[in-house]
Amino acid sequence: MIVRPPTTPEKRLLPEGRFAGPMPWVIAIMMFLTVLAAAGGLGLSHAARGLTARLAGGITIQIVDANPDRREAAADKVVQRLRADPHVAHVHRVEAAEMARLLRPWLGQGVLDPDLPVPILVDADFGAEGRSGLPAIASDLARIAPAARIDDQSRWLLPLAGLIATLKWLAAAVVVMMAFASGATVTLAARGALNTHKPTIDVLHMLGATDKQVARLFQRRIALDAMFGGVTGFVAAIAVVEVLGNRLAAVGSELLASGGLGWGSWLVLALVPLLGAALALAVARWTVLAALRRMP
Amino acid sequence: MDHIVQFDEVGLSYGADKETLSDINFTLASGAFYFITGPSGAGKTSLLKLLYLALRPSRGVLRLFGEDVLTLDRERLPGFRRRIGVVFQDFRLVPHLSAYDNVALPLRVAGYEESEVDGAVSEMLSWVGLGDRADAKPATLSGGEQQRVAIARSVIDRPELLVADEPTGNVDPEMAKRLLHLFDALNKLGTTVVIATHDIHLLARVSGAQMLRIDKGRVADPTGALRHPPRPGPVQPR
Repeated sequence: MIVRPPTTPEKRLLPEGRFAGPMPWVIAIMMFLTVLAAAGGLGLSHAARGLTARLAGGITIQIVDANPDRREAAADKVVQRLRADPHVAHVHRVEAAEMARLLRPWLGQGVLDPDLPVPILVDADFGAEGRSGLPAIASDLARIAPAARIDDQSRWLLPLAGLIATLKWLAAAVVVMMAFASGATVTLAARGALNTHKPTIDVLHMLGATDKQVARLFQRRIALDAMFGGVTGFVAAIAVVEVLGNRLAAVGSELLASGGLGWGSWLVLALVPLLGAALALAVARWTVLAALRRMP
Repeated sequence: MDHIVQFDEVGLSYGADKETLSDINFTLASGAFYFITGPSGAGKTSLLKLLYLALRPSRGVLRLFGEDVLTLDRERLPGFRRRIGVVFQDFRLVPHLSAYDNVALPLRVAGYEESEVDGAVSEMLSWVGLGDRADAKPATLSGGEQQRVAIARSVIDRPELLVADEPTGNVDPEMAKRLLHLFDALNKLGTTVVIATHDIHLLARVSGAQMLRIDKGRVADPTGALRHPPRPGPVQPR
């Protein structure tokens, strides 16, 4: 849709009482909620991708033994067995310093006590079809390192992934519903503007103005109102997203942090007010043209 | 002789009501000057609305500029309307625009450059005696001044057909004479002029003008109602 911008005299045809009516503020509220929902959806989508990767094949093996020598020996056997397995793509033994960091929130400085029997953790990631090797690994570990306990991450991540997927689709549904609501708001605003300016439209019509000429006046005004409301709502929503992001980061949870927004997500969010203005322009044009077509 | 307007068994009804205009048959010659008279409620304004394409006939054939308006594609109507100048009875000035911008409207709608608009509008406002009120909004103008702005707007683009509903109803006799002179001058340049009026004194002021009398939604004895010698031809009963 190519739309010629109106000339200065054309702009005078409708009084320019912009931003005075409720429409820009209603659109600002809708844009605020839409951007929040979109940001939530994008964050959840990011988190879901991380979870999916983990679900594809990740296990953690805990070696729980009060005797540090036996614990170390078992850990070596476990790492050796896993590295020898063709199904396993990557093996990572969690170092003592990293364990201390993970446990510090719960145990405080006590975690540095050498007498505290802290379990050894070994993370293993399977390859593309690696989960098929899990029964054999479990059987071997039970034999060579009875103190090893396999924690299949998919067991507890699966319900969480389901929840996140549901929330992600809910956020998408909210965005779609807000787009419909914004379209309906613009339709009502356009009809209201048409009623308000009917005498002027009648005169223009009788002087030989085409429907497109008249529609151009309204769509410009409504697009400007929508752009004002959109940018206002967007800025407010981004401020809230930023504050929430900082709060989530302060929690220190790896899972919550995985829901952060990358630059691609920010780009998508920046497009929301532009798409909103474009939607308003299209809806206003369609509404005005439909109303004008009913004139003789 | 060219006919700019041709009514053939035209009827007009609003919705399901009985016809406001019935069995209208006449032709208007291109370049002629016509008065339409008749009592209030006779159907003069409805007839004018058909002429300036605010309405389309409910039945019959109305040919304007040689084309049947009933079957005319809607996309072509704006082009036809630009060939018609209209003076509305209630002026219909755009209230938030100045007198200058109101008069400039037809030129801007037609896509003229602002340099062309400026000279034409200033000249026309001076002609109707409102050169010093160009920036005034309609609400600050008297009834007569508003009427002159409306007339200036209707003739600014040299229409082929000028349709005016009581165009001198709110002006003093001197200004009425001046406006009629403007219409007459426009007519001499080739514009077909159709004026609906109650004022029978106007009829005598335009030599050669013809009269069409409407009564109860019908043309009332068109030949008998002819008050002036035809120029270039009489209102044609069909």
